Parts: sequence; structure tokens; C-alpha cells
Amino acid sequence: MAALAGVRDGRTATPDPRSVSTWSTTRRVIEHRALQYRRTFRASIFGSFGIPALFLTAMGFGLGGYVDKSADAALHGLTYLQFLAPGLLAATVMQTGSFEATFPILGGLQWNKIFHAMFATPIRPADIVYGNVAWIALRLSLVGAVFALVIVAFGASKSALVVLAVPSAVLTGLAFATPIMAFTATQRTPDRFATLFRFGVTPLFLFSGTFFPIESLPSFLQPVAWLSPLWHGVELCRELMLGTVGEMPLLALVHALVLVTIAAIGVAVALRTVEARLVKG
Amino acid sequence: MPTDVEESVEEVASAARGSTNDRTAGDSLIHARGLTKRFGEFTAVDAVDFDVQPGEAFGFLGPNGAGKTSTMRMIGCTSPISDGTLSVLGMDPRRDGTRIRARLGVVPQADTLDNELTVRENLIIYGRYFGLPREECERRADELLDFVQLTDRGKDLVEPLSGGMKRRLTIARSLINEPDLMLLDEPTTGLDPQARHLLWDRLYRLKQRGTTLVLTTHYMDEAEQLCDRLVVMDKARIVAEGSPQQLITRYSTKEVAEFRFAPGIQETLDGQFEGLAERIEKLPDRMLLYADDGEAVVTAAHGRGLHPETVLVRRSTLEDVFLRLTGRSLIE
Repeated sequence: MAALAGVRDGRTATPDPRSVSTWSTTRRVIEHRALQYRRTFRASIFGSFGIPALFLTAMGFGLGGYVDKSADAALHGLTYLQFLAPGLLAATVMQTGSFEATFPILGGLQWNKIFHAMFATPIRPADIVYGNVAWIALRLSLVGAVFALVIVAFGASKSALVVLAVPSAVLTGLAFATPIMAFTATQRTPDRFATLFRFGVTPLFLFSGTFFPIESLPSFLQPVAWLSPLWHGVELCRELMLGTVGEMPLLALVHALVLVTIAAIGVAVALRTVEARLVKG
Repeated sequence: MPTDVEESVEEVASAARGSTNDRTAGDSLIHARGLTKRFGEFTAVDAVDFDVQPGEAFGFLGPNGAGKTSTMRMIGCTSPISDGTLSVLGMDPRRDGTRIRARLGVVPQADTLDNELTVRENLIIYGRYFGLPREECERRADELLDFVQLTDRGKDLVEPLSGGMKRRLTIARSLINEPDLMLLDEPTTGLDPQARHLLWDRLYRLKQRGTTLVLTTHYMDEAEQLCDRLVVMDKARIVAEGSPQQLITRYSTKEVAEFRFAPGIQETLDGQFEGLAERIEKLPDRMLLYADDGEAVVTAAHGRGLHPETVLVRRSTLEDVFLRLTGRSLIE
């Protein structure tokens, strides 16, 4: 029982936190989240393939059949499936990101309190924020990559740049996840999450050019859509998957910059709210 | 009054302890002077002084809301101090929080186990927080599971474990980094008596091995069983300090006679106990008569024609110390 007796000879000593990089401490948080995920991986990977296939079939082929027959002017000669696929990719990753920043984060702070357990060790609040953001980015990359595979299998992508649509969708997801994480750290119950999804996430999901071009909206609503981070994500993914990104590369850059800025602000605020919460107990 | 022999034994013991108490901050694992924690207008810990020496089991005894947990969280470097000085393991929590935490073993008041992982995984991932290699974490996890008698539950999820098992797992987890100092915040609150005794046994073994334990409790029997030395906290302040025996000698008598009367009778007996004991406490349901010879008090009471429904003569405990110091019971 040397572990109890304080006999240190020939045993591994606890590393001095001063000599340890932020990446190393952040990685320990990611490792924990990955260990949790291993348990639900099989169920989740099935959903990751199944849901996009169902959506693309129902809306792309089913609804798309009507849309394509009636008028193609609005979609500039695209099939509805081609128009819809990038929107659904960005919007699905966005929804996953939003969800991952609510219940699992509140759980770690309030229910099983594993973030408090981490904070009792050399792990710092910033490591917990970075680790969780990195973990969400990994989760979203998996969801986005699987979705992109299904899209390609459906023949719904016109360009090989679909490869870049995956990180773009992940960026979109993070632009939602990090501000929501900052908000979650101020909550003690999930009561306000319903409001967040009902009045925030779902309207944006519907009115950000995902299912129809924002030009179809009443003209006074169009500038509102520009404010939606999801619209920037959808546009970016669409330009990449339709291969039109070369026509206006600066516009794509602006979309990406908007998303990066929102995600970065979200992280900066989350660093404050998560630390405040952990210190408060 | 204690006999002369007992008194001199106590004096020798207290002198021995006194010599450790007088050590300077450099020798103490924890050194606090004027330590204060405020939340806005509310003062949770009000200018407390204490020292914890290597190898001792030190307790904070007090009712809920006395400031015990706030004190523990400041020592654990998860809550910044508002005022005063605090050094833990010779370091300043404000500057060296992560370095201090690397050498602490913390058992928080509420379980913070990951219910989605197995018992063994909980230990391994916690070892990883300290940056220990995976194989080392696995080796220690198996040793510690054995120590807390959970080896056969290693592959089970945490969720179905009993409260006592979860506490033992939390204790095993806190030992994964071979801590120099263990902080236990109400380690047995909410457990049934059997689970508590099992836990005390493990903590006692740790103490025997020379692990420094700092614990909070509102159970006087826990404090008596485990603590070499303790401070009594009430309303954010330390009201007394010493070994359990010292405190009892100083603030109570050797024995207590507890008289319980039929409902309504006690109120009619005002003044009839006068002079029977050194001190009398009237509780709503019984009377406590403090004297060094409890049986003599009972005999004298019978002589006065007082016939309680039940009589109990027992030794004084820390509960009596707390009642004397604050006028209230520990658990209300």
C-alpha cells in the first residue's frame, strides 16, 4: 500500500503543474469527455448516419420533387436537394453544438459536478473551458463528416470542396456552442434551455436560408437573417458545395470571419462565467 | 473535579501538544491568521486563526452554516480568501493554487463522481487530472480499490452503488495522487451507522499511516473518534480549540445525568434542582445535570423527591462542550 504511506521511492511523482503546458491539462479534460462518449458511441454513430439520410430523403426527394416541378428560377437552376444539403449540414451541426453546450455542461457544473472534481486538482477553469470546446469541436467534426458522406452518397454535392464544408459547419456549430456554454455556466437549472431553443435556436434553424433562400422572406426580415450566425454558416457551406466560392472569395472570407469572431467572443465570456461558477461552488 | 493523577496526565499531554502548537508557519501544513471569507455583505468565515501540523488529524466541529465548508474551500484553493493570511503546504493559495491542489486529496461534501463511468474508470481518469501516466493510474486504482474494499465493484457503473460505497470511492479517488494533505468535508453526513463505521475505520487506518487529515463534521462522535485536535466553530468564528479530551475537561464536567420527565412535568420543577449539580441545562425534552459524579446527583435528586421517568448517567461529550459554548445543540 505504498500509495497510502507516502513512500515515494521508485514511484511516479505527481508532475509539478508549473512545468505542464495548457495543452497538456486541456487534453486531460478531453480525455474524460471521450471516455464518457465511448459508452454512447454506437447509438450515436447510428443516429449520425440515419438522421441525415432520413432528412435528405424526405425533404430532398420528397418535398424536392414538388419544388423542382413547380419552379426552378428561385434556386438558380439547382435541384432542391442540392440547395438543401449544405443548409442541412450547417444547421444540423449547429443544433448538435447548441445541445452539447447546454445539458452536458450544466451536468458537469450542477448534477454530477465533475467539473468541480476537476477543479479540486491541478486542472484550471480555463482548461475545463478549452477542453470542452475542443471536445465539442471533435464531436461536431464527426457529425459533420458523417453528414457530408451521406450527402456525397446522395449525389447532392457539386464540388469536391465539400471537404471544406465540414470544418465550416464545425465553425458554425462552435459559433453557437461557445456563447451558449457561457450562458449555461450562469444557470443552475435547465429551465431556460427550452426558451433558448424555442426562441433562439429553432427560429434561426428555420429562417437562416436553410430550407429556402432568404430572398423569399419579407424584405424587412432579410437584414435580420444576415445577423444570424447560421446564415453565414449555411452560405459558406453552400458556396463550397456548389463550387461557387471562387466567384466571390471575399464574401466567403467574411462569413468565416464572422463565425470565428462569434466563437472567440463566446470562449472569452465562457472563461469568465465558468470560472465564476466554479469559484462560487 | 478530575483526580490529581488525571490532571497531571492531562497537563503533560497538553504540554506536549502545546509545543507543536507553538511552531511557526514554516512547520505547519496549514497556517491561517485572521482568515476571512465574505460573500458580499455576508461574512462566512470571520478572522479565524489555526495551524495544522504534519501527521495530525485536525477537525472543524460546528453546526451547518458555521463556516466550515467555506474554510475548507479556501484551503483547497477553489475559493479565494477575502482577508487575512493563509499558507497551505508552505505556499500561497493566491499565487500557487494549482501547485497546492496537485498535492491535496479532496473529499467534497457532495459526491462529484462521474456516474457515466465505472468505479475503476473514475479513479483512473482522476489520476490523469494530476498528469500521472495511465499505467501508474491503473496500478494505483487497483491498490486503492482494495484499500476501500471495492475491488469486486471495479467494473460496475457508479450509479447503483450505495451512499457509503460512493463515499469510499471518493476517498480512494482523493488518494490517487498520494496527497500530502487530505481535506474531508463532512465525510459521513447522510450515511447509515454501519457505513459510517466502515468509513471511520478506513480513515483511522490512513491516520495510522501518518496521513494528515483535515475534516469538518457536525457529528461530535466523528470528531471524538478521528480528531487529535479540533476547533469548535460557531457563526463564522472559532470559539474553542484543543484535543477532544482537553475541550471536555475545560468546558464540561466528567459526567452528565440526563433526567427525562413526563410531558408537562419539567416546567413545574423550577428551582428544585438548585445546588444538585455544577451546571444545569434545560432542553425542551430533558434536563442535563453536569457533575463529576453523576450517580451522586441521581441519589440526591431522589432524596429531594424528584422521580424522572428515565435517568441516564453518561460521560461528557463534545456535544456538551458545544452546548456550553453556544447554548445550542450541534444538530438542530
